[in-house]
Amino acid sequence: MLFIGIQLVKVCIMEIKEIFEKMEYGPAPESKELANKWFDSHDRQFNLYIDGKWVIPKDEKYFETINPSNKEVMAKIAEAGKEDVNAAVTAAKTALPHWIALGGHGRARYLYAISRQIQKNSRLFAVLESMDNGKPIRESRDIDIPLVARHFLAHAGWAQLIDDQLSEYEPLGVVGAIIPWNFPLLIFAWKVAPALAAGNTVVIKPAKLTSITAILFAEICETIGLPPGVFNLTTGSGSKTGSYIADHPDVAKITFTGSTEVGRILRRQIAGSGKKITLELGGKSPVIIFEDADLDSSIEGIVDAIWFNQGQVCCAGSRLLVQESVADKVIEKIKARIDTLRVGDPLDKAIDIGAVVDKQQWETIDRYVKIGEEEGGIKWQPSSKCPSDGYYYPPTLFTNVSSTSTIVIEEIFGPVLTAMSFRTPAEAVELANNSRYGLASSVWTENINLALDIAPKIKAGVVWINCHNLFDAAAGFGGYKESGFGREGGIEGIWDFLRPKWEAEFTNEPQKIPLNEVEDDQTDVSIPSIDKTAKMYIGGKQVRPDQGYSLTISNPQGKVVGEVGFGNRKDIRNAVEAAHKDKKWLFMKGHNRAQVIYYIAENIIYRADEFIQRIIDVTGCTKEFAKKEVNLSIKRIYYYAAMADKYDGGVHNTPFRNVTLAMKEPIGVMGICCPEEYPLLGFVSTVIPAITMGNRVIVIPSEKYPLLATDFYQVLETSDVPDGTINIVTGKRDELAKVLANHDDVDCIWYWGSKEMCKTIEYDAAENMKRTWLNYGKYRDWMKAKHSKGEEFLRKATEIKNIWVPYGE
Amino acid sequence: MTAQKKTDLLEERSETSQLSRNRGMPLELDWIKGIQANKSAIEWRASTIGKRRSIKKKWQAAWLLKAVTCIDLTTLSGDDTPGRVKRLCAKAIQPIRQDLLEDLGVKDLEIKVGAVCVYHNFVKTAVKALKGSEIPVAAVSTGFPAGQTPFEQRIDEIKASVRAGASEIDIVIDRNLVLSSKWEQLYSEVSAFREACGAAHLKTILGTGDLATLRNVAKASLICQAAGADFIKTSTGKEGINATIPVSLVMLRAIRDYHEKTGYMVGFKPAGGIRTAKQSLVWLALMKEELGNNWLKPELFRFGVSSLLADIERQLEHNLTGRYSAFYRHPIS
Repeated sequence: MLFIGIQLVKVCIMEIKEIFEKMEYGPAPESKELANKWFDSHDRQFNLYIDGKWVIPKDEKYFETINPSNKEVMAKIAEAGKEDVNAAVTAAKTALPHWIALGGHGRARYLYAISRQIQKNSRLFAVLESMDNGKPIRESRDIDIPLVARHFLAHAGWAQLIDDQLSEYEPLGVVGAIIPWNFPLLIFAWKVAPALAAGNTVVIKPAKLTSITAILFAEICETIGLPPGVFNLTTGSGSKTGSYIADHPDVAKITFTGSTEVGRILRRQIAGSGKKITLELGGKSPVIIFEDADLDSSIEGIVDAIWFNQGQVCCAGSRLLVQESVADKVIEKIKARIDTLRVGDPLDKAIDIGAVVDKQQWETIDRYVKIGEEEGGIKWQPSSKCPSDGYYYPPTLFTNVSSTSTIVIEEIFGPVLTAMSFRTPAEAVELANNSRYGLASSVWTENINLALDIAPKIKAGVVWINCHNLFDAAAGFGGYKESGFGREGGIEGIWDFLRPKWEAEFTNEPQKIPLNEVEDDQTDVSIPSIDKTAKMYIGGKQVRPDQGYSLTISNPQGKVVGEVGFGNRKDIRNAVEAAHKDKKWLFMKGHNRAQVIYYIAENIIYRADEFIQRIIDVTGCTKEFAKKEVNLSIKRIYYYAAMADKYDGGVHNTPFRNVTLAMKEPIGVMGICCPEEYPLLGFVSTVIPAITMGNRVIVIPSEKYPLLATDFYQVLETSDVPDGTINIVTGKRDELAKVLANHDDVDCIWYWGSKEMCKTIEYDAAENMKRTWLNYGKYRDWMKAKHSKGEEFLRKATEIKNIWVPYGE
Repeated sequence: MTAQKKTDLLEERSETSQLSRNRGMPLELDWIKGIQANKSAIEWRASTIGKRRSIKKKWQAAWLLKAVTCIDLTTLSGDDTPGRVKRLCAKAIQPIRQDLLEDLGVKDLEIKVGAVCVYHNFVKTAVKALKGSEIPVAAVSTGFPAGQTPFEQRIDEIKASVRAGASEIDIVIDRNLVLSSKWEQLYSEVSAFREACGAAHLKTILGTGDLATLRNVAKASLICQAAGADFIKTSTGKEGINATIPVSLVMLRAIRDYHEKTGYMVGFKPAGGIRTAKQSLVWLALMKEELGNNWLKPELFRFGVSSLLADIERQLEHNLTGRYSAFYRHPIS
């Protein structure tokens, strides 16, 4: 009996005898009495929480917030304008020194107190969350709010440990956090807890549709006496309030969860500013069921995957992929299961699916469902109707869809599942990865060999084996591809709120290379300069530039020292293709990669004199300096060779019976625009860490001194580096960088150069959400190990994938 | 299964029951061996059943009355005596205080328990005490609780109880056969038990606490059904671990699988450790969710319990009066 409206009428007439015979469920309402009292005690109007005070917004604007399950207006909420945001950021900035000085332990005490307060008020939080968002009370009570408390407790722990364990890192400053409406308090906690633990202060903007629990949270901050300005709440719209936060020059970082579309706007908005950003965006996550799975359990997994929170989950398992041999069986089981899902009042304790968040979202879902039908999909919904007094959408299954169907491609953000079949594990992986998104996935099989074969092959930040939508503070969560970047939870989530202390030492100008003042005749005995063919190195071959032009390279004294190929967009295209073709390096184990990297060092040692001479020729530096550059380069290559099998993953301690593997994976295909200033060391310091982690790279060497890079490919040829692992394209560096930034099959760009170019790259990279590591016109000293060598480089060359593997027989 | 045996089973078809009695099916080992049961996923689902479904007020009263009708009121103790069994039977006939039933408006439902379950030696006593009530007597059998007695003796035990008037026989399977994967032997033993039962219904106790894995529970469930069990039952109440929700979930899924394959509806009986009204509601909800309303009747669902009834009675009184009740206010069994 899904029609609660009718059920309520029946309450009056239905007698125990009748119920005894029919054995239907009755209403089991959670009381909203205390929640309403709380609303009333605030006269159903809420202000902004800035600098530890509740303040009326400057232009006194308020907006209404409704309960989507009955369309009733619950309260009026302040809309923060530009001045209010400025005041909040100023308060946060002012509070920063004291908050940092408090130290890890001091902050831990506050975070612990927050966690306990959330537990103590857990039912009020849960009821408010369900009233505001429409999610079933079972979920807010058993999942959202306990996870919020858990998140603050776990991060009280991080605050306590940070001074000891991450002493070389410091907080970023003021963090601007923009929260979505699907998990109003949970994702809020994912951002606020690590930000505060790491010593940042925050200005937070909840989604306009769901601000209520954030307001109650602010009251908790007041109760525990959190220092004013550490936490500031500016409610309002994304396009205004959110945008003011992102624009504010004193905001050091933006952390955003929401749609890919808005994430793209935000990233472009802050491009080039040097603000850090993490984006947790959309998804179209596959649920892959193999024929040997426990099928009944996988059906419950589907319920957790797509009918959790009305399917309004970024990592919702919305694309079902079933092995052909069991496809019909699984579909029949899903249809039967859909009929037992109960849709209705979110505050009913026996409801599985509540209301979607608002009218607009309801219409979006319905539009997609209509498109699905128009495109020939076969729709399946339960026989009973949804209540009509709120924004209810029935659980929906689509069969007869294919990879070309709109509803298979696009994120619907509703309770709509599309089902397709596959034949082999390889095809399952291919279909799973056939998406612009890469947030999550679940794999259902009783064969651990198969499960652990598939999990690393799926381009997704989270892979659940025989489960779906499990979350915990100890495990990282976040995406690949257009699902965004950055992780929330685990140590991987902490890194996103810290920066290395040595960044403060970076300069506005590149390091000066000491020139050899004395004109000596060394150049005369060096390698002849222009008698060599200028080529590039793509796919393990020396190739001529596509356009058949060369660039002449001179040394600082103006003497021509050689020529290189003048690369263009087609050379970049070819290099990216070659990089993707190289699967050998991708799947090579650390030990084997180490051997190759040692071999590179060995071959440089063998040709050290040539390299020294070449550095002198092209840069005009002293021999001593050139020697130092070569020696440092060798040392650095050794370092990364050593790290190849040591910078490894871990097992997170999540409170379920499972191993949560935190696997460090290569990002994929990377574009590396080397620093201009050190022809060999700059190349080695950037390219080697990237390949150490299994990435394949397209290198654009120093524009001024590219000859060292073209010498380098001779080293590569003799060092067993697979074809396509390192591709070198010479030419105008920034032109080529722009091509890389606009290439959708490039997953990451590192760039060390001008501030303007950083802005361009970041802006263009927003299209396919490639990761960027940019210097924003700040220069590190490539001779200094602390600046230019170490785990920071490896961290930037990897993504952490969390694979949840429950066990038990 | 021989053709002869199939015919025999056909003839045995219960005529009183509206349900078509399970006639079993030939053993398909491939099917049995291919069965999967993922412990973590099953436990996850099991842990949410009680939290996803909440039954309150009138619904709670009605559901609890349903639970009463599904009770196999049981005494299986070393100190059982005819007097004790008679008292149990009196309670079985009148499980809820009459005034409560009147106030709940369900007097004409004639609420009584599903069956009385005793050792063989008390079958006659129970049959006599329950005369006229239509409450069946169930006897535990086949070397209960361990099942480690000679095979012929186990068959004789069933026959003796049937002769004594038991219309339901709760047999225990030899867990050794499961633990050592002797599936054919398990099938043939249970088939023989079924034959020995004749018109009496066969309830097969898996002793799930001894079966080590949920996969074994699933396999044993299917084999017992294929061999013609009318019910599959979790435990004797004497194992270290009694009926649990995860084990029940696995058994219910096996019942569903078997139903899909053969069309037969086999009953389910969790036993041991179910003591509170609240627990009984979770099991009823589990039945409803996994198998549907068709299974929510004594023909297909029983609780093997001794003390549950007392708690249900208290809750029913509370449901009516709003006052928390005391055990001494309700006649003991």
